[in-house]
Amino acid sequence: MTREAAEYRKPLPVMEGMTKEFYENCSRGELCFQRCSGCEKLRHLPTPRCARCGSWDWEWSPSTGRGKLVTWTVVRRPMHPDFADDVPYAPAVIELDDGIRMVSWVVDCASDDLCAGMPVEVVFDHVTDAVTLPKFRRLTT
Amino acid sequence: MSALQGEACIVGIGNTPYRRGSDGPVDSPLRIELEACEAAIADAGLRPSDIDGILPFYGLSIAENLAVNLGVEDLRYQATSHVGGAGPGASLANAAMAVAAGLASHVLIPGGWYGFSGRRVRQIIVQDPSSMAGGVNARDFYFPFGLTAPVQWFSFIARWHMNEFGTKPEQLGAVAVAQRKHAQLNPNALMRGKPLSMEEYLASPMISDPYRLFDCSLEADGGAAFVVTSLERARDLPQKPVKLLGVAQGQPYPADDLVGREDVFQLGQTSAAPRAFEMAGITPRDVDFAEIYDPFTFQVIQQLEEMGFCKPGEGGGFVEDGRIELGGELPVNTHGGLLSEAHVLGMNHFIEAVRQLRGEAGERQVEDAEIGIVTGFGDFGDGAIAVLGR
Repeated sequence: MTREAAEYRKPLPVMEGMTKEFYENCSRGELCFQRCSGCEKLRHLPTPRCARCGSWDWEWSPSTGRGKLVTWTVVRRPMHPDFADDVPYAPAVIELDDGIRMVSWVVDCASDDLCAGMPVEVVFDHVTDAVTLPKFRRLTT
Repeated sequence: MSALQGEACIVGIGNTPYRRGSDGPVDSPLRIELEACEAAIADAGLRPSDIDGILPFYGLSIAENLAVNLGVEDLRYQATSHVGGAGPGASLANAAMAVAAGLASHVLIPGGWYGFSGRRVRQIIVQDPSSMAGGVNARDFYFPFGLTAPVQWFSFIARWHMNEFGTKPEQLGAVAVAQRKHAQLNPNALMRGKPLSMEEYLASPMISDPYRLFDCSLEADGGAAFVVTSLERARDLPQKPVKLLGVAQGQPYPADDLVGREDVFQLGQTSAAPRAFEMAGITPRDVDFAEIYDPFTFQVIQQLEEMGFCKPGEGGGFVEDGRIELGGELPVNTHGGLLSEAHVLGMNHFIEAVRQLRGEAGERQVEDAEIGIVTGFGDFGDGAIAVLGR
């Protein structure tokens, strides 16, 4: 899934610091979260310091990218004009098997078919040359 | 017993008409705030020069601007809490501390919103996304996935509750219908003269499923303000003081990530409400009415649960059968709230609570109202709560 940067008009992350590293990992096909080097705790959204043990040391740790759908909303009226052509679309919360929850989008699934607990796995949407968004698809097996 | 219990009181309230669009003289955000301040100061029986503390609302007019227009020459104390719609409650706590500590005598809490004629939420999310709740985190990790606006954030939580506890659309509707009923009795309410049935609620267009149009609050233009002083000084003022019996703030953890919390329904109110009730020496059973910050219907149900008015998961049932309507066990948002009076960032909830406790609420008066609560709710669930008594 690659598109020309010029035609992608939706909001993009500002590629700086830990945000840039998170999305660059996605560009390489890896969904990674921060793992604290002091206490091993995984965390998301990115922070420089572990709130549990106080360590400033951490590394990116690859996730299996598998989890389940826990909640979503079906947007019928776009608040943001850049998503006007996408309605209805369904921003979703995925709870990964390693416990991390993140906001994403379930692709290849009509919004009426979404259901709580639905197993999903990550897929990577290379929306621009610089940014790859981690999205999820239904796991049917 | 807290040092703040029973120290401070609200002695003046004021508000402009609430409007959607300007059909009178040309407004400006500063002007509507100032008109509300003038009204509140006059209601307190004070002159503007008596005010020596101003606690401006984050993102609205700053203290210097208000002071120079009002003629407050000796501004001794000012501070702003960056907690969105929890701001008025946070400022009330701050005012009580300032008054109790002798840092100020008469503290003005101004507010309101220019939310209809000024920048609409749907413009802010395009022009200045990192000014929204969650800041750069939301910009970098929510917006790219189309999660861009409050109606979408909070519909996540509503659906989560539906998935987990079987909460029904009709239960969200019960909040909208009850508050609209109350608005029919309130001359200030934008939705006066427009009653709402459950059928009409269910037929209203879906905005961000499960939220329909009538689950959403009314962006509006309007100013509101109130004045806080000590109980001792209140004796010399014309209004019967409304006493601050308990007050607390709280934040969910983490505050800046709506979906990363261990308990996804946790709010600032979860920890704030028990603290405020303890300070006031009351339990939820002692509360005669509740003005609950209501950006969307489910957030009323969620706060009722988190404050302990019912058990987790039981909020949907709690709001049914007229329990939160006037005449019910716990009248909620007796003015119509943000859903049916006007969204002026929760300032109107304080104004209404004071009217109720003064016995000035007219047709919508809660009989023998002695204790009321007012909640604030900001950003991703920052909370403030005040227990007020007559």
